This record gives sequence, C-alpha cells and structure tokens, in this order.
Amino acid sequence: MHIIDRRLNPGSKSLENRQRFLRRAKALVQGAVKKSSQDRDIRDVLEGGEVSIPVDGLNEPRFRREGGTRDMVLPGNKKFIEGDVLPRSGEGSGRSSEPGEGDGEDAFRFVLSRDEFVDLFLDDLELPDLAKRKLAEAENQGLHRAGYATSGSPANISVSRTVRLAMARRVALRRPRPEAIAELEAEIAECDEARRAELLAQLEAMKAKVRRIPFIDPIDIRYRRFETIPKPVAQAVMFCLMDVSGSMTEHMKDLAKRFYMLLYVFLKRRYRHVEIVFIRHTDRAEEVDEDTFFHGPASGGTLVSSALQAMHDIVRSRFRPADWNIYAAQASDGDNSHSDAAVASRLLTEMILPVSQFFAYLEVGETGGSTFDMPDSSLWTLYQRLRADGAPLSMRKVSNRSEIFPVFQDLFHRRSKQEKAAP
Amino acid sequence: MTATAERLFEGADWDFQKLQRIHDACEEIARSELGLDVYPNQIEVITAEQMLDAYSSVGMPLFYKHWSFGKHFAHHEAFYRKGLMGLAYEIVINSSPCISYLMEENTATMQTLVIAHAAFGHNHFFKNNYLFKQWTDAEGILDYLDFAKSYVAHCEERHGRLAVEQTLDAAHALMSHGIDRYPGKKKLDLRAEEKRAGDRRLHEETAFNDLWRTVPVGPVKSEALLSTERRRKLLGLPQENLLYFLEKTAPRMQSWQRELLRIVRHIAQYFYPQSQTKVMNEGTATYVHYRIMTRLHQQGRISDGNFLEFLQSHTNVVFQPDFDDPRFSGFNPYALGFAMMQDIERIVTNPDQEDRDWFPDIAGTGDVMAVLRDIWANYRDESFISQFLSPRLMRRLRMFHLHDDPEERAGVRVDAIHDERGYRRVRRELARQYDVGYIDPNIEVVDVDLAGDRRLMLRHAVVKGAQLNEADARRVLQHLANLWSYDVSLVEVDAADKVLREHVVSPRAIAAAA
Repeated sequence: MHIIDRRLNPGSKSLENRQRFLRRAKALVQGAVKKSSQDRDIRDVLEGGEVSIPVDGLNEPRFRREGGTRDMVLPGNKKFIEGDVLPRSGEGSGRSSEPGEGDGEDAFRFVLSRDEFVDLFLDDLELPDLAKRKLAEAENQGLHRAGYATSGSPANISVSRTVRLAMARRVALRRPRPEAIAELEAEIAECDEARRAELLAQLEAMKAKVRRIPFIDPIDIRYRRFETIPKPVAQAVMFCLMDVSGSMTEHMKDLAKRFYMLLYVFLKRRYRHVEIVFIRHTDRAEEVDEDTFFHGPASGGTLVSSALQAMHDIVRSRFRPADWNIYAAQASDGDNSHSDAAVASRLLTEMILPVSQFFAYLEVGETGGSTFDMPDSSLWTLYQRLRADGAPLSMRKVSNRSEIFPVFQDLFHRRSKQEKAAP
Repeated sequence: MTATAERLFEGADWDFQKLQRIHDACEEIARSELGLDVYPNQIEVITAEQMLDAYSSVGMPLFYKHWSFGKHFAHHEAFYRKGLMGLAYEIVINSSPCISYLMEENTATMQTLVIAHAAFGHNHFFKNNYLFKQWTDAEGILDYLDFAKSYVAHCEERHGRLAVEQTLDAAHALMSHGIDRYPGKKKLDLRAEEKRAGDRRLHEETAFNDLWRTVPVGPVKSEALLSTERRRKLLGLPQENLLYFLEKTAPRMQSWQRELLRIVRHIAQYFYPQSQTKVMNEGTATYVHYRIMTRLHQQGRISDGNFLEFLQSHTNVVFQPDFDDPRFSGFNPYALGFAMMQDIERIVTNPDQEDRDWFPDIAGTGDVMAVLRDIWANYRDESFISQFLSPRLMRRLRMFHLHDDPEERAGVRVDAIHDERGYRRVRRELARQYDVGYIDPNIEVVDVDLAGDRRLMLRHAVVKGAQLNEADARRVLQHLANLWSYDVSLVEVDAADKVLREHVVSPRAIAAAA
C-alpha cells in the first residue's frame, strides 16, 4: 500500500479548463459583468465577484426523454392502498420531476476572480491614435537581467553562483576538507611512533593538495550580466476636466465621477506610461489630486474656458506635444456663460485641439430625462460646430447611470484603421 | 483479537503512520473475516480545492482539457463557496492500483471509515463484479487517460483548438450513445489500444470503405446488389453505438477526429458499469465499512467516542427520506444498498418462513460473506433488486408504486403497495428503474441513403410514450450532422411502428471538415 500526500501538488489543475470556459462564454459573461457593474460602486466592481449567466448557449445537450406514462416506486407510504387515485396537484407532479439537468436550470452562477472580472470588463478598449512614440531617455531604460558572464565589475559578482562553481570544482578535484585534516591531526597526536611517520606523510600530502587547489579560483567567478534595452515608449497624458459648478446637480456629478472612475481604472490597468491630470473647474480651474477630484466638494459659477486655459498651461509647462500623446475628457452639464463661448472656442481650436490626439466630451443630464430629449446646450452646440470643422472630438450625452458604461465603451472602443481615418 | 488491543488513534488527529496502521487493521479484517479480494491500494491525501478539481473531471486524476470541465468546476466552486454543497469524503478510482482520494480535513475516524469504505468496499467491488471485469481495464485506464490527454493536446497544436473543441463537443453530446451494450469478442485492453492508435490512423486512410468510393469502377452494380439488406450488412446496421458508427463510417471526417471519437467512446464505456451498479456499489462499500468499523470497535481499537462519531456520519449517509419529505430526491443508493445487504445477512443467518419461501437458495445457509461475495460478483442493480429485495424490506421502507398516465384525467394511480398482492409488482417496477435499457432512450442508426443524398437515418423506439425533448434533440442531431457532413434524420416510432415525429437536421460547416 502506498500513501501519497498530494496536498503539495500544484493546485488549479482546472485553471486551463476554466479559462477555456470563460473564453467560450465570453460574450455572455461580458454581458453579465456589465449588468452587475451597473448596480455596484465602481470600487466594488473591481473586486470581482459573482456573476450569473444564462445557461443557454453553454449547455451540453443530450438526448432526453420527456412526457409519456411514468412509473415510479417511492418509499414512505402512509395511507395509500392499491387502486387509490391521487389528484395531480403541485405536490404530485413536482416531486417526480427530474432534478438537475434540463429546463429548471435557467441561470448559471459562478465567481470570477478580480483579474478575470476587470479583463472582461475592459476588454476591447484602447486609447485611440496612440501615434507619437519615441525612444525614451536613458533614465527610462530598464536594466534587464541577461544571465551570467565570466567578466564584469566586482559589484556584480554573483556570490551564490561563484561559490557553487567553486564547490563543484573542489569536489571534483577531491580537495581535502578541513575536517579531514583536523581528524588526521588528532589521530597523529594520539598514535604510536611507527604509525606517526606514515600519518605525517599523509598529512603533508593533504596539506600540499589544499595549497595546490585554491578555495576559490578566478575561473569560478561569475558576474551577473545586465543589458540595457532601449524601448520605444508611447507616453500619454489624459486630462480629466470636470465641471463642478453650482448648476451641476448631485446626480450629474455622480455620473461624471463614474465616468472618470472608469477612465481612471481603464488607464491604470491598461497603460503603464499614462499620466493623468485632474482639473476641476467652476468659474476658475484648479489642478487637484485624485482624491480631491473624486471626493472633494466645490461649487461656484461656470467658466469652461478656465479649465481649458489650465489644461493649456499644464501642457505647455510639462508635456511637450512632440513627445506626448495628449488626451482629454471633459464632463459638464453644458451650461456656460454666453460671453465665455468665444474664448473657449478659440482656446480649443487654436491651442488644445491641434496638440490633442482625442478629445471626448460627455454631457451629463438630469435623472429620468431621456438622452434624446436633452436640448442642445451652449457647449454642445459649440462642440458640434467644431466637430463639423473636422476636429478630433467625440461627444456623447448621458443622463442615466446605466448609460455610463456603454458610452464609455463606445468612446474607447478599439477601432479598425478605416474607422480611425473617418471618425 | 483481544478486546484490549491497542487503539489505532486517539482523538481526531491523524498522521501518515496512523493512516498506515488504520489501513493495515482494516486490511486484516477485510481479508481474513470478510474474505475480500482487492487491488493493491494507493491512498492519496488531497485538499478541498483538489477535490473540486477532481469533481469537474468526472473524478479522474488526469483528463484532457475541455471547456465543459471548466464549467462544472465553476459551478461546483460557486456552490461550495456558498456552503450549499458539501464535498465528498473520498473519491475512489477503478484502477489498479486502486486510488482513493481522502480529504485532508477528515478526522481520524472519518479516515478510517473512508479507507474501509473505498479502499476495501469499492475496491473489492471493482475487482470482482462481472460488469467491471467485462467492460473496464483497471490496469490500463490511467495510462490510457494519459494518452488521451496528450493526444488531444497534440491535436490542438496541429489542427487548432477550435476544430478539436467542436469535435469533442459533438462527441460529448453523443457520449451516452457511444457504448457497446453487449459484450464483444474480447476484453477491453486499453494499453494495446493506445499502441494501436498510431498504426490505425495510417491504416484507415488507405482502408476500403464503401462510402468513400466515389469513382465508379467497371459496370454499374445492379439494384439487386445494392439492396437494402446488403447495404445494411456492409455498414453493420442497425447500430446503437452512434460514436462507433461515426468513427468507422462517417465519410468526411479526418482520421484524428475519428481517434477523438474513439477516446470519448472508450471513456464512456469505462463509466458504463458504474452507472449500472450505483446501488450495489455503494451498498457493498457501506456494508463493508460498517462491518469493519464495528469489528474494530469490538477489538477495542477504536474508542467508544470515535465509534459514536462514526455512527453519526454512517446514519447520515444511509438516511432515506420519505417521498413527501422536502429532502426527498429519489432512492438514496447508500440507504437502499446497505438495507438490502443487511437484509440478506439476516436472511442467511436468521430467516423466517417468509424468507424461506421467497429465497430458498440462500435462506439459512449460514455463510453470509460467501453469499454476499457471490452476489457482488454476479449481479447489477437491476438484477440484484429484482432478485433480492425482500417483502420485509419493502414493508420496512413502505414502498408503493405510482402509475402516472397523462391520458388519465383523474390523477396518478397507486398501482401496488407493500402487501401480498403488490410485492412482486413493486419489486419489478423498482428493478426497472435501475435498468439502463429503460433509462436511456433507445436510439440506433438504421440506414444510410447511399444511392441518394447520403442521409443518415436514425430511429428512436419510443417506450411508454416518452419522446425526446425537441430542443435538446435538435442540438444533439446538429452535432451528429456536423460529424456526418450530410443530412441526418431521426424518426420516433412507437411499438406499433407508427411514426410519431421526425427531426431532420442539415450539417453546418465545422472547422475541420473540408
């Protein structure tokens, strides 16, 4: 008989089957993921969780029989005698239906891990037109381990590798171990005269061998080897411009924040070289950190140009348009003071749009209002005009929480080449 | 065998030495007192997660990759995480050596129970029951699964994952119809099977097949020669093993697809005896663990407290709720099997007049184990119940037979109960519930229209008016048609040969068929 402890075996033997299953169920799971993300906080969404998908399309069909006359033998008769006729009520037919397989199973629930969830959530999204790639400067080059070398700087000596080789060499050449010498010496101290001479000769030979075979030889020494690989890096910056003026209701702010939260998660997860700049504005704009952006209170009048001006200043001071892909996403209720329109328009057309790869505008509306009923706001009209002139502008209206994700997906959907050419 | 023998363990903790001692103690009783004959044992300790893994690949330690196993895994895992489902204490595999998986969180008592149950009860049954001897090759199964796994992986590399997946999907849909129900000429030898797989692939490409021959040679054969009879004989029709038929005759399948069908078919065949012997298998194992545990307790090798722990889980296992109990979901095979084994023990050792009338062959013969070993070796659920279910047990379980005819407006009729008039009828109906001939729909290939559009014709012999579920039948037939590459029709006929319904499905392009 053998007893084997399998607990230490690598787990997740089913991982690959699970991935195959997810791949197969991708469309269904994605639908479920999006549905379940609507009624949850964005932060919770990213924790993964349980989704249920309709079992249809993933079923494994078998020939099954149904109907016809049925005979069954059951235990636990209490009062029936032969010939009784029992009415076919819920109880009568319910207990005899086959459990498990079949029509009863209309939804299939399972738990997705965090990574699986987010991957499916953000699948097929990308920043459009990530065109400006450059060879990053030296400090951005990473050093990559590239095995071991026989030459190098002393700082890079790989001690473990060196000692290992040295030991192998010592063993191979049978270098006497210090313990063996000590043992022999102890024996010499105790033994009689005749044997001593013999042992002394032996000791001498051992010591000579120790001297001949060094503990560490220069040929043992190995250096860790590094290589620098210059890689083209697409640097990008995303400007998040949010209107927090008094005209924005709580609902609108919630919509805008959800949108930016999605954007934030998407960028953080997909791109390593993306800077995010948060700008919020009332009648004046300020650059804030992430936390203030999402959670800080603010109120006041509205001057859209202030945010655009702030963005322009930051671009000029920190992000050279030649090196950086510049993106902006703006969320607003569309109210802007009339006098500001000309300024905003000029800023956009002359300063911002020429250096931007993509500018997304999200107009948030009141609860319950259908997106189609929203009257064109002053900002909307302005942007529409710019767009008609061929500016790289995308604009969407949102008035409901459930529309956020579709709109987001629509804005950042991976486009084929042709679509890009004609946005 | 003194009453003061050394305890095997104290408390709930166990380690590997204790497992070894437990196994040896069980083995001594199993061999000397129960006369069991078992494969060598291999006991493996696994975690809950590994148990879930095993669940999703039908309990086997290694299996080819397929999304449906991932689906089952996700399903089980979600249920387990929520606490809706407990895990089995063990899984045992019909192989030589016989592998039993024990869960690490079992207590020492549970490990003893499980070793007695799986490593001796199931193990003896696997080695001795005629169905397992006839249909399974315990020596070869693990090697064959290993071969299957690498073969599927190899096919995926060469022919693309999608094509392999489609073929396996189709094969799985037909799995329950990929079984030879009657013993063939030779025993299944999976090792030789594996060796021959490569040769066969080469051979089949050049082999003669009536369907593949499209270029007419010589004078056209007369109608008489191509008569229905002759054609059916050439194709080996009627054939109820659909996978076998496709593997041998589907005109446009690639050789690797045929090999995949073969793998699925062999695995289905391997599990075929298990589905026919649930009650006996579990009954045997439960009876064996009960005998061994009781004996260990008598010998003083298990303390009273641990024995009570055993009794508690034992009674849970053999609990049979009544039909009107919300927990009822059919007969519990453990309960029915164990009750019958105990009943036989009573009949053999202490029969009353009724038993002598009903079971003259075994009543009062005195040697319980000889009788039981014979039963375990030579029966399956259906024959076991129809021969050994005693009136006394029917009375104890208060069995009754319901006849549900949808034509009957008034309701469901109680056809027989546990009385003198009803014993035989109740027993016959219960046995029939375990008869695979009644459980699986009887579908066979009857003909191929070779002269015309190569349509494959199937026939479902409807029993008791139970027709196929329309939606599922179409899906399965779709898979079948994709493998066959031409139209497939299935007629459902009743006993009087009246056609009740006909399904016709045309193939959709399958990635590899071209």
